[in-house]
Amino acid sequence: MYNNISRINIKNIIAVCIIWLSSILPNFSFSTVLRVGKEADFKTIKSAIKHAQNGDTVLISKAIYKEGNIVIDKPISIIGEDYPILDGEFEYEILSIKSNNVVIKKLQLQNSGRSSMNDLSAIKIYENKYVVIENNKLINNFFGIYLQYAKHCLVKNNTLTASQKEEYQSGNGIHCWKSDSLQIIGNRVYGHRDGIYFEFVTHTVIWRNIAHKNLRYGLHFMFSHKNAYFTNFFKDNGAGVAVMFTKEVVMMNNTFQENWGDAAYGVLFKELSDCYLSGNKFIRNTTGIFFEGSNRIVAEKNTFINNGWGMRLQANCIDNRIDKNNFLGNTYDISTNGFLTLNHFDANYWDKYEGYDLNKDNIGDVPFRPLSLFSVIVEKNSPAMLLYRSFMISLLDKSEKILPTLTPENFIDNNPRMTPYKL
Amino acid sequence: MIRVLKYVALDILKNKIIIAYTIMLALFAWSAFSLEDNESKGVLTVLNIVLLTVPLVSILFSTIYIYNSSEFIELLISNPVNRGMVWKALFIGLSLSMVTAYIVGVGIPLLLFANFATAIMMVATGIMLSMIFVSVAFLCSMFTRDKAKGIGVSIMLWLYFALLFDGIVLFLFFQFADYPIEKIVVILSALSPVDLSRILILLKLDVSAMLGFSGAIFQNYFGSNWGLVLSFALLGLWIAVPFAISLRKFKKKDL
Repeated sequence: MYNNISRINIKNIIAVCIIWLSSILPNFSFSTVLRVGKEADFKTIKSAIKHAQNGDTVLISKAIYKEGNIVIDKPISIIGEDYPILDGEFEYEILSIKSNNVVIKKLQLQNSGRSSMNDLSAIKIYENKYVVIENNKLINNFFGIYLQYAKHCLVKNNTLTASQKEEYQSGNGIHCWKSDSLQIIGNRVYGHRDGIYFEFVTHTVIWRNIAHKNLRYGLHFMFSHKNAYFTNFFKDNGAGVAVMFTKEVVMMNNTFQENWGDAAYGVLFKELSDCYLSGNKFIRNTTGIFFEGSNRIVAEKNTFINNGWGMRLQANCIDNRIDKNNFLGNTYDISTNGFLTLNHFDANYWDKYEGYDLNKDNIGDVPFRPLSLFSVIVEKNSPAMLLYRSFMISLLDKSEKILPTLTPENFIDNNPRMTPYKL
Repeated sequence: MIRVLKYVALDILKNKIIIAYTIMLALFAWSAFSLEDNESKGVLTVLNIVLLTVPLVSILFSTIYIYNSSEFIELLISNPVNRGMVWKALFIGLSLSMVTAYIVGVGIPLLLFANFATAIMMVATGIMLSMIFVSVAFLCSMFTRDKAKGIGVSIMLWLYFALLFDGIVLFLFFQFADYPIEKIVVILSALSPVDLSRILILLKLDVSAMLGFSGAIFQNYFGSNWGLVLSFALLGLWIAVPFAISLRKFKKKDL
C-alpha cells in the first residue's frame, strides 16, 4: 500500500520535473565555447559570432585578425587567449557592441579608423546595459572605449595608449556620452586627446585610473552630475584636468601632478557646485585648483605641494569652504582677482605663516592672510612676475601683511594650524 | 703680471677682511639651511645673500681697497712694468678673492643642501655678480680722485641695482599695464645684473609658477639653452665693459 503510493508520487514528481525543466531550459541553454583560431572550428571571429547562441563564449586564440568592423549583436562573451590582436587597419571601428550583457576580455585592439564624423573607436557600446570590458590592451586607436547611452557597464583594468601628436588627429581614451551608472576602474590612459571624457554621465564611479601624458585633459567632464572619483592619478597632461557645468561631484584621494603650462591646471573647476574634495594631492602644477563660478564646494584635507599657484579662486565663486588643507612650498598659496570674498578659509596649514602659538593648542594666535600683495599684482599685471622675490617686493609684501590695503580685508584664515596635517 | 698678482693677493690676504667675509657668508648660509625646516626656505635666505650682500661687499671693499692702495700702485708703476698689467692684476686679485670667499662660504652649503640645478645656478650667478661689482668698483674709483666721493658713488650704484631698479620697473608695470610690455621688460631686465641673476635663479626655483602665463614668456627667453648662453654673455659684458672703460682711463691717467 505504502509502496504503491510512493511509486505514484515519485512518478508524478519526475513528470512534473521534466515538464518544468523543459519549460525553463530554452532560457538556461547550456552555454558552449566557440573557438576561433587557425586550427580551431572557426577561422574568423565574425563566423563564430554568427553561430553563437545567447550566452555563448567566443574564445579567440593568439593571432592577428583583420576583419574590419565586428558587430556583436547578442549577449555573448568574447575572450582572448594571450591577447589576440584585432586590427582596424586605420579604417574601421573594431568592435561595435549592440546588445546587452556582452563581455569583452583580454583582447588587443589596435589601429582603429580615424574619423571625426563618426568618432570611430576601438570599442563602442550603443545604447546597452550590463556590458563588461575588462583587461584589454588598446593601442594606437582614435577613440579608445566609447560608451553612448550605456547603463550599468563596467570598464576595468584596460590599458589605452595612443601616439598622435596633434589634438585634432586624436580621440579620447574612455569617452562616455549620455550614460548612467557606469564603473570605470583601474584603467591606464596614455597619449589620447582626453584621458577620460564624460558628457551627460551620471551616478558613475571612477576609481584607481591613471591618465598621463594625454594631449589635452587627463579628465574632462561636463554636465555629469553625482559622480564619484576616487584614488585616480592624473599626471603631465597637456592641460591638466578640466571639469565644467556639473553639480554634486565627490573627489577623494586623487593625485594631480605636474600639469605645467600657461593654461594647464591641476584641476579647473568651471561652474561646479555642491562638490566635495577631500584627501587630494596637488603636486608641482602651474595652478593646483582654479575655481571659476563655483559655489558651495567643500575642499578639506587636501595637500598642495610645490605648485606655482596652490589655488586660484576667482571673485565669482561663492560660499566655498577651504578647511584643514596643507599648503606647502607653493610660490603663491592663493590668488584671486577681486575684492569681494564670499568664501571661507579655516584651520589650514600654511607654511608661509609666521605667527605664534602661546597656549600650545596648535592653532596660531594671529590670523593668517594667505593672499600676498604680489599675487594680487601679478593677477592684474602678469609680466610683473619678473620682479618676484626681489627685495623691494618682499618689503612691500611684509607691510601689506600687517596693514592690508590692496588685498581684500576678509581673505583670512582665523585659525591657522602650526604644524602640517598628516595626510 | 704673475708677480704683481702675487703681491696683490698677499696684500689682500694680510688684510683679513676677506677671511672674515668668508666666515660670515658661511655662518649665514649654514644657519639658513639648518634653522629652516624645509630646504626651499633656506634657498630663499641664501638668495637674498646672493642678491644683496655679495654685490654690496664686492663693490665697497674693492673701491676702498683701490683708493687705499693708490700709493702701492704708484710705486709699482714707477718700475718698468706695463700699466695695463698692474690694473689687470689688481682686478684679477680682487675678483679671485671675492669669488673664492663666495664659493667657500655659500657654494659649499648650497651644493650640499639645495637641489643641484638650483645650487649650480646660484653659484654661477653669485660668481658673476661678485666679479661684476668688483668691475663696477674699478670704474667708480677711476671717476674721481676724491675717496669719499668714489665710495659714495659705489654705494649709490649698489642701491640703484639692488633696490631702486625694481621699484622703477614696478612703476613702469603699473603705468603701462594696458600695453604688451613683456618684451620691453625682458630687455629692461638685462640692464640690471642683479635682476638678470634673480630671474635666472627664479627659473630654477619657482619652475611651476614660471610656466604660468607671464612666466612662460621669460621661460622662453631665459630658460632655453640659447637664453642661458645669452644671459651669461650679458653678465659677462657687465664684467668686461666697466673694467675696459676703467682700464682705458687708468692707462691715460696722471696719477
